[in-house]
Amino acid sequence: MSAPTASPTGQGSRRATPAVPAHSGGLGRRISVGLITPGGAVFVLVAVLLVAIMLTNPNFTDPGALIRFVGRTAPIAIAAMGQFYVIVSGEFDLSMAAVIATQVVIAGNVIGLEDSRIVPGLVLMFVVGTVIGLVNGLATTLLRVPSFIVTLGMMLALLGLVRYVTGGAATGNPTENFREIGRGGIEGIPVVDIIPWSVLVLAVVAAASAWLMRRPFGRTLVAAGDNPDALRHAGASLWWVKTRAFILSSLSATVAGILLVGYAGVHPSVGSGYEFAAITAVVLGGVVLGGGRGWVLSAAAGAFALELLFLLLTALGVEATWRDTVQGLIIIAAVALAARTWSGVRRPQATPSGTTPGTTENPTKSTTEGDR
Amino acid sequence: MRITHRAVKGALASAATVVLLAGCSTDSIEEPVESSGDDASQEAGSEEQSEFFSQEDLDTQDEQRSATFEGDEAEPWLQYIDGEMTDTSEYASDGAKKVCFANASISNPWRQTGFITMQQQLEVLQDDGVISEMEVRDAQDTDETQIADIDYFINEGNCDAFVISPNSTAAMTPAVERACETGKPVIVFDRGVETDCATTFIHPIGGYAWGLDTAEFLSENLEEGDRVIALRILPGVDVLETRWAAAEQVFEENGIEAEDFFTEADPTRIKQIVTDAINQGDVAGIWMDAGDGAVAAIEAFEDAGVDYPVMTGEDEMSFLRKWEETGMTALAPVYSNFQWRTPLLAVEKIFAGEEVPSEWVLPQTPITEDERQEFLEANEGMPDGHYAKFGGEDLPGFPDAWMDR
Repeated sequence: MSAPTASPTGQGSRRATPAVPAHSGGLGRRISVGLITPGGAVFVLVAVLLVAIMLTNPNFTDPGALIRFVGRTAPIAIAAMGQFYVIVSGEFDLSMAAVIATQVVIAGNVIGLEDSRIVPGLVLMFVVGTVIGLVNGLATTLLRVPSFIVTLGMMLALLGLVRYVTGGAATGNPTENFREIGRGGIEGIPVVDIIPWSVLVLAVVAAASAWLMRRPFGRTLVAAGDNPDALRHAGASLWWVKTRAFILSSLSATVAGILLVGYAGVHPSVGSGYEFAAITAVVLGGVVLGGGRGWVLSAAAGAFALELLFLLLTALGVEATWRDTVQGLIIIAAVALAARTWSGVRRPQATPSGTTPGTTENPTKSTTEGDR
Repeated sequence: MRITHRAVKGALASAATVVLLAGCSTDSIEEPVESSGDDASQEAGSEEQSEFFSQEDLDTQDEQRSATFEGDEAEPWLQYIDGEMTDTSEYASDGAKKVCFANASISNPWRQTGFITMQQQLEVLQDDGVISEMEVRDAQDTDETQIADIDYFINEGNCDAFVISPNSTAAMTPAVERACETGKPVIVFDRGVETDCATTFIHPIGGYAWGLDTAEFLSENLEEGDRVIALRILPGVDVLETRWAAAEQVFEENGIEAEDFFTEADPTRIKQIVTDAINQGDVAGIWMDAGDGAVAAIEAFEDAGVDYPVMTGEDEMSFLRKWEETGMTALAPVYSNFQWRTPLLAVEKIFAGEEVPSEWVLPQTPITEDERQEFLEANEGMPDGHYAKFGGEDLPGFPDAWMDR
């Protein structure tokens, strides 16, 4: 694995200001350039699909229907953002759906009909989520088992556990007060009528994710997927960065699970297919499988594009049994497309004139392009 | 060069993802499906239907809905429609017998409820010295596993009688035939097989009767041109396909616009499907091929702030409770859960040399609004996944055995 670096600045030196500027051009230009990257194009795709659905079903132009759609897509968008952390660092998390199922069953069995158990139940769910992510991360980084295998194993282990606990059938739904998070919202809002709590949760998670990806952690994470060797030479603790990505992923699945229990109720099949939906959404959002590129909000937009696409297919009378096929083709097409287009829209290369031999520079700095 | 490296890595990963994806979805798309209600696909639909549809069976079950059942009404699990009987005098013998039970699965609440009832029935027969033990193998919804289970019973089970609840019809036929060849009694129940070699085949009237009962109820309570959303668990399972086949026919005859969707009993999917349908236009009725997830469908109407539909669910407690709470117009069709008692009682009869019906058709009567209260009271405290017509009230362990699961 030779892993040549992206730009000559890897060996070169830089002044106090990076040779690759944080942004080039004005806002308008940045947006127009951004839109032709896969990570930006997904927003165009969402808009196109939305218009297409509104044309086939005029009822969908109702703001109330729209906000409800956003609300019910929130769990998948949150899961997609969780999956983003893992994929951008060059790994996979196939255990998401199983984590959701586990959390749903915990909600049903631990919280049950007792309002007083909501808080302890939530704490337990987050602890379980953290532990699952920790195990996934440590097994991947320290034991050096490929994450594909680790999380596949985790998925089977958790699904087996869920099956053992429930026998594969639904148990009772937890108390309505707990389900309110995924089912209810702030009512009496003008125009949209209701703002579902899940939309607010999504907004908070999205804002926190966007912030996190701009922090050193986010930049190191992208670098970990882009060029792990360089990162290792730079002295960053790769294992801890990646492990945190896995923890974030299973915590996202936990949040998605909490919303889903509210939305639909307890059933071991809740969340099934979410790992692939999340991966598809991330890929659709232009994040390159194998890591190193992508924007976290594009992953969320990818989730919306995917759900809108399914909605459009339903509106057009396409059998729901085609869902999996469509999803599979999207994964292949999006990866093929992303691999081509990313290479076309790179930032202008750092000005070679600034190169002064002899000084070494933290190579992670050169990979900030991935944050776009 | 770096790009190539990443592209290869990405392509590999996506290939693996797709393989996995395909692996996970085989059970939901393995059978051709006839498609939803629009006119263009209707003809193609009836053609493909033939695999699961038999007008003759539909007519038979239509008649059986109003047939007279032999036996005590208080013990419906022993009732049967008068017909051909199997002579079992060759099996008459003393002593406790070992029963081997090859179960398809306990992966849905209907099967879980039935399996509890069966175990409580077993307790009675063990105390009576009829059955020494029952060895159970759970095939976990897999044909191959169940074939292996049956062969294990034949070769090493040391069984006196076989009880088989087949996972699927065609695949299980040869294994059931092998069991018959041992010369020991073979009892098949719930789903059928394509052989009549079994000593008795126990089942409620069937899927067509379910489809007729429910679609007739919806048609009576709806107007011509009304829209019904049909929620189906999955394609390719005969007991579910026949329910829909009969219902679809009735809807067509009555000018009801029915659109069918597959849900895999996932409440998330159910709620999304119903919400989308409501967004597209008025939904007047909900039809289900099994009641699991009925509450999610009803909640979709609540969350959208529209009137409740006319609905058919199942005799699952969650549905009966929600039905009472909302006061909607509904019917709870029943796929008689008490049939799980019958196989072991058949074992008792067979070893006593009493004749048993060759095809043991049990009563299958939907719960109407008038009867709902009675069943809610009789099953008070039971979990949501419990079935009202489980028929175990007189068994030991009632009600705790069904309550703590």
